[in-house]
Parts: sequence; C-alpha cells; structure tokens
Amino acid sequence: MAKLTIDDLKRIKEQTIKSTALRQGDARVKVTVHMGTCGIASGARDVMNVLMQEMAEADRQDIRVVTAGCMGMCSSEPNVTVEVLDSEPIVYQHMDANRMRQVFRRHALLGEVQTDFALGKM
Amino acid sequence: MRELSLHVLDVVENGIAAGARCITIRVEESTARDRLEITIRDDGRGMPAEKIRNLADPFVTTRTTRRVGLGLSLLAAAARRCEGDIRVDAEPGRGTEVTAFFRRSHIDRAPLGDMAATMGMLIIGNPHLDIVYTHRLDEGEFVLDTRELKAELEGLSLSEPVVVQHLTESIRRSLNELASGPGEGTVNDHP
Repeated sequence: MAKLTIDDLKRIKEQTIKSTALRQGDARVKVTVHMGTCGIASGARDVMNVLMQEMAEADRQDIRVVTAGCMGMCSSEPNVTVEVLDSEPIVYQHMDANRMRQVFRRHALLGEVQTDFALGKM
Repeated sequence: MRELSLHVLDVVENGIAAGARCITIRVEESTARDRLEITIRDDGRGMPAEKIRNLADPFVTTRTTRRVGLGLSLLAAAARRCEGDIRVDAEPGRGTEVTAFFRRSHIDRAPLGDMAATMGMLIIGNPHLDIVYTHRLDEGEFVLDTRELKAELEGLSLSEPVVVQHLTESIRRSLNELASGPGEGTVNDHP
C-alpha cells in the first residue's frame, strides 16, 4: 500500500518553513487561471503548472494565485487574468507555458503589461 | 480531452462551483475485470432530478454564464467510446456523485494521465477544500487525504507553491510505484 510518508511531509515542511516564515499581509498581485471545461481542455493545467513553478522560484510574498471557472470567453482559452493592486485587471488569452512564464516575470513581477497576449482590459 | 485526469479536474471544479467543502476521488483499476472506474463525490448543493436525466446533453447546464455545458457530456462521450458510461447521483442539498467506468484495455480509452498534476492544481487553487484521493490498482492502493496533511503541516499552508510542488512530485512517485506493482519499493502505510 503506497502512501505519502510522514518523513516526506517533514522534509517538505522543513524546506518550506524558511521561505514562508515572512509571509504576511495582503496580496498586491492576483493571478487568476480560468479552469472551466474549456480552459482545462485547452491546456489550463499546464499553464497552472508553470505558474506554480514560477511562484516557487520567485518566492514573492505579495502574489496570490487563484483558480476560477469559465468566464464565457471559451474561444480564447486558456485565459489568465493578472490584477495588480490599483490598476485594471488584464485578461491574457491563448496562454501556454511560455506565455505564462513571460507574463508572470514581466507583468506580475515587474508590472509591465504584455499587450501582445492581452485580450483586453476588463 | 486528452487525459482522464483532466476530466477529473473538470468534474471536481464543478463540485467546487457547487459549494463543496470536501471532495472524494476514487480511481479503481482492475486488470482481472478489465475495468477502470472513476468516482468523484462532493458535498456541494447537488442537482435536481430533471437535470440528471439530461446530463449528457450539452445544452443542459446549471450555469448562467452561457447556455452550453460540456463537462459531463464530454466525460460521457469518453466513457461510451470504450464500452463504458457515466452514472450521476445527486440530490439537492446533499451533494453529487459522478461515476465513470471504462473498459480498461479498450483501444479508445484515453490514458489516465497526470493525476499528480491534477491534484496539485486542486490543492493550490483551493486552500480550504478537503480532498481524499484513493487509487486502487488490483491489490495496490494509494491514499492521499489533505486533512491529514494539513494536520501534519501544523499551520503551514498546504497551498504554498513550494509545498504543492514537493507534494505533486511525491504523489507522482507514489503513483508510479503503484503502477509498477508491489515490490521492494513499497512505502510504509502508517506511521
């Protein structure tokens, strides 16, 4: 019977406790991956996967990742919305792993809107 | 969808949209019976009986953002392609149970795919959701219970990207072990 071992967990915990000790306060940037049927079928899970890697790497305390359902724009899925505090949310369309990396590094981290991939302002 | 694990992700997202707090996912594979069965149970708000009758019809949906609902109709199509089908049990206020079964060796059966990635996505996107995932392959079994993990991590959020990454890797390893059968690589079951 295969199961996660408690040792595994302890190891994860030790590795994580350092990096998250300082995490507090509200998020300044919110990244939403839309994961309805349409999003999932067109690759939202891969996009989310990359986003998770980037988040783990960047180790920024002020960025929050959430998932949401379909927003009715199925033909442009996978869609990702980036919301920086005090500016308009930007919806990015036809996302893939590479686009997600670029959007995360340039928009979420540095605040530069990647207009090439943007569907429009909401 | 290319993988059954994507259908799982999709059906679970339905449950979450229905206000579920706990999701139970069971994957049962039997080589002897040549059957693969996936059961997803949520404790959300359920569905009225008339919706269930027409579930495989893409023009029936509880959603309001658009008039077509594809999730369960795609899953039904995937199952029926390989001598299987789906069953849905739901009651308003009591949650929903979706079961899909397939002939395991059918040439048209989509691979189960990356269940670890599906679990990772669910955990990172839904910090407050409890997930119990059981995977049986003949005699072997893998169990993941996020309630246990949360207790074990003592206040450290399960949805931290670093935690989820390690967790996903760990699930992937365990599932690979499960798939490669019993042997010296078995993991101890209880502390």
